Amino acid sequence: MKILVGIKRVIDYNVRVQVNREGTGVVKDGVKMSINPFDEIAVEEALRMKERGEAEEVVVVSVGPEAAQQQLRTALAMGADRAVLYQAEEEIQPLAAARALLQIVQAEDAGLVLLGKQAIDDDANQVGQMLAALWDRPQATFVSKLERSGDTLKAMREVDAGLENIEVDLPAVVTVDLRLNEPRFVKMPDIMKAKRKPLDIKPFAELGVEMPPQLEVGAHEPPPKRQGGTKVESVAALVQALKDKGVL
Amino acid sequence: MSRVLLIADHDGKTLNTGIARTVACARQLGNVHVAVFHAPDGDAPCAAAAKLDGVSRVLSVRHEANGAPLAAVLAPQIARLAAEHEGGYDYVLAPSTTFGKDVLPRVAALLGVPQVSDLMEVIDARTFKRPIYAGNVITTVKVPEGIPVLATVRIASFQAVGEAGEAPIVAAQAEAELPTHSRYLGLAESGGSDRPDLQSAPRVVAGGRGVGSKENFEIIFKLADRIGAAVGASRAAVDAGYVPNDMQVGQTGKIIAPDLYIAIGISGAIQHMTGIKDAGCIVAINKDGDAPIFEAADFGLVGDLFTLLPELEKALDAAG
Amino acid sequence: MSAHDEGIERDVMEYDYAIVGGGPAGLACAIRLKAKLPEANICLLEKGSEIGAHILSGCVMEPGPLDELMPSWRDNPPAICVPAGTDEFRFYTRQRSYKLPTPPQMHNAGNFIVSLGELCKQMAAQAESLGVEVFPGFPGRHPLIDGEGDAARVIGVRCGDMGREADGTPDGRPGDNFAPGVDIHANVTLFAEGCRGSLSKQLIRRFELDRDAMPQTYGLGFKELWQLPEGRTTPGLIQHSVGWPLDNATYGGSFVYHLDQDRVYVGYVVGLDYADPRFSPFEAFQQFKHHPDMRALLAGGEIIATGARTIIEGGWQALPKMDMPGALLIGDGAGTLNVPKIKGVHQAIRSGMLAADHLAAAGEPAGYDAAFRASAAGEELRKVRNIRPGFNRGLWFGMANAALETVLGGRSPWTLKTHSDWDSLNSLAAARAHDGQAAMAANWEAERSLPPRDRLASVYFANTAHEEAQPVHLRVADTSICATRCAEEYGNPCTRFCPVGVYEMVDDGQGGRQLQINASNCVHCKACDIKDPYQVIDWVTPEGGSGPNYQTM
Repeated sequence: MKILVGIKRVIDYNVRVQVNREGTGVVKDGVKMSINPFDEIAVEEALRMKERGEAEEVVVVSVGPEAAQQQLRTALAMGADRAVLYQAEEEIQPLAAARALLQIVQAEDAGLVLLGKQAIDDDANQVGQMLAALWDRPQATFVSKLERSGDTLKAMREVDAGLENIEVDLPAVVTVDLRLNEPRFVKMPDIMKAKRKPLDIKPFAELGVEMPPQLEVGAHEPPPKRQGGTKVESVAALVQALKDKGVL
Repeated sequence: MSRVLLIADHDGKTLNTGIARTVACARQLGNVHVAVFHAPDGDAPCAAAAKLDGVSRVLSVRHEANGAPLAAVLAPQIARLAAEHEGGYDYVLAPSTTFGKDVLPRVAALLGVPQVSDLMEVIDARTFKRPIYAGNVITTVKVPEGIPVLATVRIASFQAVGEAGEAPIVAAQAEAELPTHSRYLGLAESGGSDRPDLQSAPRVVAGGRGVGSKENFEIIFKLADRIGAAVGASRAAVDAGYVPNDMQVGQTGKIIAPDLYIAIGISGAIQHMTGIKDAGCIVAINKDGDAPIFEAADFGLVGDLFTLLPELEKALDAAG
Repeated sequence: MSAHDEGIERDVMEYDYAIVGGGPAGLACAIRLKAKLPEANICLLEKGSEIGAHILSGCVMEPGPLDELMPSWRDNPPAICVPAGTDEFRFYTRQRSYKLPTPPQMHNAGNFIVSLGELCKQMAAQAESLGVEVFPGFPGRHPLIDGEGDAARVIGVRCGDMGREADGTPDGRPGDNFAPGVDIHANVTLFAEGCRGSLSKQLIRRFELDRDAMPQTYGLGFKELWQLPEGRTTPGLIQHSVGWPLDNATYGGSFVYHLDQDRVYVGYVVGLDYADPRFSPFEAFQQFKHHPDMRALLAGGEIIATGARTIIEGGWQALPKMDMPGALLIGDGAGTLNVPKIKGVHQAIRSGMLAADHLAAAGEPAGYDAAFRASAAGEELRKVRNIRPGFNRGLWFGMANAALETVLGGRSPWTLKTHSDWDSLNSLAAARAHDGQAAMAANWEAERSLPPRDRLASVYFANTAHEEAQPVHLRVADTSICATRCAEEYGNPCTRFCPVGVYEMVDDGQGGRQLQINASNCVHCKACDIKDPYQVIDWVTPEGGSGPNYQTM
């Protein structure tokens, strides 16, 4: 089985994000970029499956700017076999990304697609589900445990009620949650090896994606500051205030 | 008037409490129909949905396959309903629960339209605000004309509607070819503690350096158990060894948005506040009246926590 | 190396040249070496998560050395790069300021205000395009030394382990994801760690490189990047001040560099030879921002980024021997900064280039020290050698002495002594009797209004992060001193000199006090390693990628 892992280049999670002065987006000049952390977990899971003999090849793919090569190289250094970048400098919204991934999945004849449950930039949480719909295959989202037996996967999902188990037939799309695994550290000799692994760069247009309607993205602003400052005099007053507010 | 289809999140017995909040958003947009997809023996949530103010009709979609919350099974039915029921809907909404987040993008892809995730404010019929970058940026998005609006609704941003409604419950058909490639196995045994999970709990009690010691932290656990809350901690409390790191709330810990957050002996450094900026109501109990947490807390109480907490428990007992 | 290494298998990677540190010195050296020796295998290690993540500098740069090294930099300038405009030098009192003649060293015509972090990213890209292997996220942890006594020779560097978990022992234990650091073997290893490098420190001691040098002295620098309301800045304007909020006995001053897009770099540098253990360098910086001139500039603005880093100030007479068998110290790891100019970047680049030239010609480290001292960079240091030590006798003496030294052009027949910073503190009792701090603080603002509120609020803007499970990288050899001797003699100055509040004294739950180390706040400035009066704090490199993530600083 071939596993396809999608990764996105995003602003590093340790960096404090700022709205630009014009309010048209966030400041990206000189800002550290990384693999979306959920996608890194997806890469790790794919590698572990391969190491257990459950997959033969791990291919990482990204749809994004030329600089996303850095993130693909990191995934190769983690252990992925090869990488493909479909270069698009403009923003690709989730449905278009899902349509692009469908083309790639079919061209690669992948048996499993592993994705992060969401990207930490747009927080959309859509691509995996959309890809599964377009591919007409099962989806297992927010997965924190994954087991393969034969042609089925058993997935434990993190849901509001706790944890639930589902079983899906392969091929399938799995989106991963934080607790699935802890990604390995990249080793220095593997960084060197990764430089020699294949990384194809192709124009996004080559996929021939029919562009769906897009959301028009307008103003960006910082969240409103919390207005606090009310002090109560006693425990009784506090309990009353919480009851009045309907939170107790 | 625009037609709004709201997909109910339920477990076959009770309606998810987020639906009452999602209705608050939905009724700003048009005439609200709540669709309840359920198994033949699981129609109780229909009645609960019918009571919500602002709901004009409940669509009861009964099918053997609808007893489990499987997106692959439900999405084709929702898409069918959305596109064709009585001429189709202008809006399809679901709450931003794990159910809504799982199923609605699948519907959007089937309909070939974009989805607005975590809608937090309605600007006009097609323009909405939503959070990105973990809530550190709010962006405005507009759905182009000529297509239905699909959105998951950030439930923390809306107040629940009342329950004085009497909407009719009607049976609806949503014929679609249903896949067999996905099977629901049920909720997993919860391992370990009975306390709610910090990340998703609607109530959280958290302690800071002011609690003073590992032993003293028991008083935090006790209050949390009294109100069914999860327990969190500030980085200072974690660094001081009072509690393990997985309880840390804040910039380098968990980012949470409970309805009620009670911060005890926490000064409220910006690193901590980053983790709770979306909490519904913040209560601060601290002996230092100048602590920064009071500037952000909805309700602050200045005083010694070892006196105030027992008092609080007593008051809660008295209040029932 | 140390006991915990027994039984751990490590990969060995062989290079011709290994460079530890991705700042201007290390990168300049890498670029020049590769240009001179295209066949050489060169690697460069950087402890920050990316190149530039740990770089903090004013910074007004003299472009000469960079022009020589990498002429293309002007065609593709870093994200922040503003040509120097007018220079202003002022003396501050609490309410007023007086214009002073700008010392000739501080004339900046032809220079550039740059983000050094951004510039380093471009230098790294250049180095990589030439074929240098650049490894961000990989700290050097120990120098590798072969042989004993006079036969001892540096053969490379051991990288830090990843995935160690704290277990109460100094080095912790390997966790589930443990990845041992590799051993890099190199013909020559170049240590370019910047001020008070942790490996350079080990080497200076091991090879007694400071045997003929006077004690090294340091400053502690703070920097903030502000976004201001429209129309307040004059892009290119370079402002420096001395005076308030410091008293005349405490060495230090401010810098304010006006950028484009209504942004400014605001910073403050304090000599770490201050005497009163109750003094807080962070507080002095925040006080400075509340001078009427500064408040008018900053009020209503917003902090974008913050950082702190020590600065090596000993100059010519404190410079250790820069070569040793198998290795070189370059840049501020040795101490090539020019204090009167308050510039180190051009000197660091020169020392890196010179090291490359020397190695390409001589093939071995021996002789580099002499070559550096005889070079233009060495001569620049020699000329100004007496200026910083003059300030040991106060601001006015220092200024008069600086004027004299400037006129003489460094030809004065004497060399003033430097002193170490860790033993410059007065005891608490002596400080109370004299009470300069009280006099200084009496003239400070009681209530500050500009952000940040405190050090914790400040470090938020440094984006600093350390993997939580790892062992504490601030090794305190004897914590029993803290609650006893140090509390009594000095009142725990670590709780004040640390710019980000890493050190706290807290209740130990038994009626006493104990040291609490908030290691994850650390911004790798090294002030604790320098200023701790008992020299029991040893700053070691934490897990790779930890520390600040400075952006456009």
